[in-house]
Amino acid sequence: MQVMSRNTQTQLEWSEDHALLWNTASDLLARRSDFAAVRRNLTTELGFDAGLFRELRELGWLGLCVPSELGGSGMPLSALPCVFEPIGQRLLAGPYLTSTLATQTLLQAASPAQQRVFVPKLATGEELATVAVFEPDGSYLLDDPSVEAKPAAEGFELSGVKTSVLDAGAADYVLVSARLHGELAWFYLPASALVGRMQREVSIDETRRSARIDLSGLRVNATAMLEGDAKRGLAQLQRVAWLVLSAEMAGGSEGVLQLTLDYLRTRTQFGKLIGSYQALKHPMVEIMCAIEDGRSLMYRAAAALSNESSDAELALRMAKAQLSETYTHATDRSIQFHGAIGFTYECHAQLFFRRAQWSAFTFGDALHHRKRLAELMLGSHGPG
Amino acid sequence: MTEPTPQELSEFREQVRAFLRERAPKPPKFKLPDSFMEVGTDAQFEYLRDWQAEVYAAGYLGLSWPREYGGRGLPQVFQSIVDSEMAQASVPFMVNVIGLFWAGPTILKLGSEAQKQRYVAKILSAEEIWCQGFSEPEHGSDLASAQTTAVRDGDDYVLHGTKTWTSRGAYADHMILLARTDKNAASKYHGLSFFLAPMRVPHVSTHKIQKMTGEHGFTETRFDGARVPRSCLVGNEGEGWSVAMTVLMFERGAEGGAAGGLSMVPLRVEQVAALAAECKRDGRPSLEDPIVRDTLVRFAIEERGLELSLARARIPGLAGPRPFAAPLSLKLRISEFRRRLCAFAVQLQGANANLYVGDPNAVADGAWQRSYMNAFSATIGGGTSQIQMNILGERVLGLGKG
Repeated sequence: MQVMSRNTQTQLEWSEDHALLWNTASDLLARRSDFAAVRRNLTTELGFDAGLFRELRELGWLGLCVPSELGGSGMPLSALPCVFEPIGQRLLAGPYLTSTLATQTLLQAASPAQQRVFVPKLATGEELATVAVFEPDGSYLLDDPSVEAKPAAEGFELSGVKTSVLDAGAADYVLVSARLHGELAWFYLPASALVGRMQREVSIDETRRSARIDLSGLRVNATAMLEGDAKRGLAQLQRVAWLVLSAEMAGGSEGVLQLTLDYLRTRTQFGKLIGSYQALKHPMVEIMCAIEDGRSLMYRAAAALSNESSDAELALRMAKAQLSETYTHATDRSIQFHGAIGFTYECHAQLFFRRAQWSAFTFGDALHHRKRLAELMLGSHGPG
Repeated sequence: MTEPTPQELSEFREQVRAFLRERAPKPPKFKLPDSFMEVGTDAQFEYLRDWQAEVYAAGYLGLSWPREYGGRGLPQVFQSIVDSEMAQASVPFMVNVIGLFWAGPTILKLGSEAQKQRYVAKILSAEEIWCQGFSEPEHGSDLASAQTTAVRDGDDYVLHGTKTWTSRGAYADHMILLARTDKNAASKYHGLSFFLAPMRVPHVSTHKIQKMTGEHGFTETRFDGARVPRSCLVGNEGEGWSVAMTVLMFERGAEGGAAGGLSMVPLRVEQVAALAAECKRDGRPSLEDPIVRDTLVRFAIEERGLELSLARARIPGLAGPRPFAAPLSLKLRISEFRRRLCAFAVQLQGANANLYVGDPNAVADGAWQRSYMNAFSATIGGGTSQIQMNILGERVLGLGKG
């Protein structure tokens, strides 16, 4: 009896363009985003290196997977890991994730005319946008927001609160999901409309900047509503987020693996390199195997999303679930295996640890995705 | 041969499917083993040997091995198609595993021309069965400390010592054997030599070992002055360790070159999901239990991750930064996965988990319980999982030796 759906597709996408992009990004960030550079941005209000951001804009990193007629490079979505894996490995701070998510949302949720207005400036990085989809209850079910839009004179009046709005302070506008007549809708809110409504959050990941936005009583024009397919916009936003975060986590896992290995290969106790002790060596092998698998799942997810393959949702959720656990575990063990120094702010393990926590709990943690995977693979039996 | 076209490959796949549909052997009255390490009765052995002979006669084994030694000289992709179709059709595995997967590739890579002519074709046809003489009662994972001796006497070597955990030892015609030819060598690694030793000669005796399942499948093999001709030496005297390492690379799946065919009954998470649909927990199908579901999904992610890691390892630009991690960890990963998956399948049965092979009410005739116990043969054989983790930690991660 066949009760579990079977998926045997193993095709991955890797062209010369992919390789060139990945190598360029890896080399560049190894030089420009070392630990000292990462730490320099932790305490600034902006939170990232504006000069480097300008350079990466010029290299086209913000418009990578945007159609060329809208000002992008027109690469397939499978190219996203080529920059986001190195970004994760080098803990690069900046609105790269944010801008990518906002752009991919607009490509579905905005009308063609709106896309022509918004997307080209996002693709070049001339403007920055972010998405506001999380709410105070912390739920990962984003298709039924409690933020509500009600028709009012010449437009709408909003109510409710959005949380974890990434890079809200740097964004020129925010795309907000809301309920309108019981249906999902998206609204475009310029930063000028949000003055006094934004409160910066204290993020566990100090390389990120995020804000809570109170929308109560905010009036917007009728033109603030996006006129494309709202549900597809949300679906695509989530799929791209799962891929990009998985890519960052695969890179971050590699980064923290190297950091830990460097220590195990140089630190001596009881007259021996500590990496020679099996109590440390064997867990490192298990972590390595998990990283290998996570990276493989992520590249399959990239190919499946890019080709709109039938296993796309399955592949993406598997990657996000597996890497959320792999990355958090790899950082947890990195702290422990560094001994007391690992417990300090000075040790770089905390940078990865905090980033891993943030990434694992954004856009669905492992438990959330495995529950959905069970429904996809085994059918929706029994109580929720 | 030029690169096969997609149409050629798809026609070939259809031929294989037709062959398997028409010629797959009927299930026997007795229980078949799950792997070559579990062949414990004459009836099991003969049934499996006849099936391998039929597969080879039909042209579906050794497709990528050279024609002059009984192969078909085709690209590996043809054999891969056969192997995947065999797994899909759940036909029995190939009984001469050590010949097809380890000894054969080693002979083709390091053997003399005469050795290739003498041995390779009969490995494929199952006319000659092979076994492995590495482990000894006092030396398992520490293979280089092997104490069985081979002393030169004219054109022969004379063997003394005991090898153990010899799978199908009672049925084998030849053994790949690691023995000590120089007790005074500079290090334990230098005194070893590698032989293709005959089993059916005087002064070789095999003694069955009963496994924890109550079945047989391994023997202890004793050499009390048996003679091996010098022509059976692979490489030079004293070079046995490097030949043995080559065998282990094939054994652990870290290097391609096997003749192909299934080496064991494949086990997939979907089979355990099917079991979960039949078993009950709290009066409902176990498949509805949230913890059972989550466990199945975890296994499925792991299964998929492993499968995709092997696919990724084949793409040079994506294989880094540790291109050997996937192939070198294969044996560890697959054997441990199988052991844990079997344990979970037993657990799904609730109180019925206690009924074993032979009880008329045992779930699936007790096959999961037996498979769980037998799964240890692969987590221990070929270097235990703990040794595998040392190897990976030292060679792939560059951590110091303990």
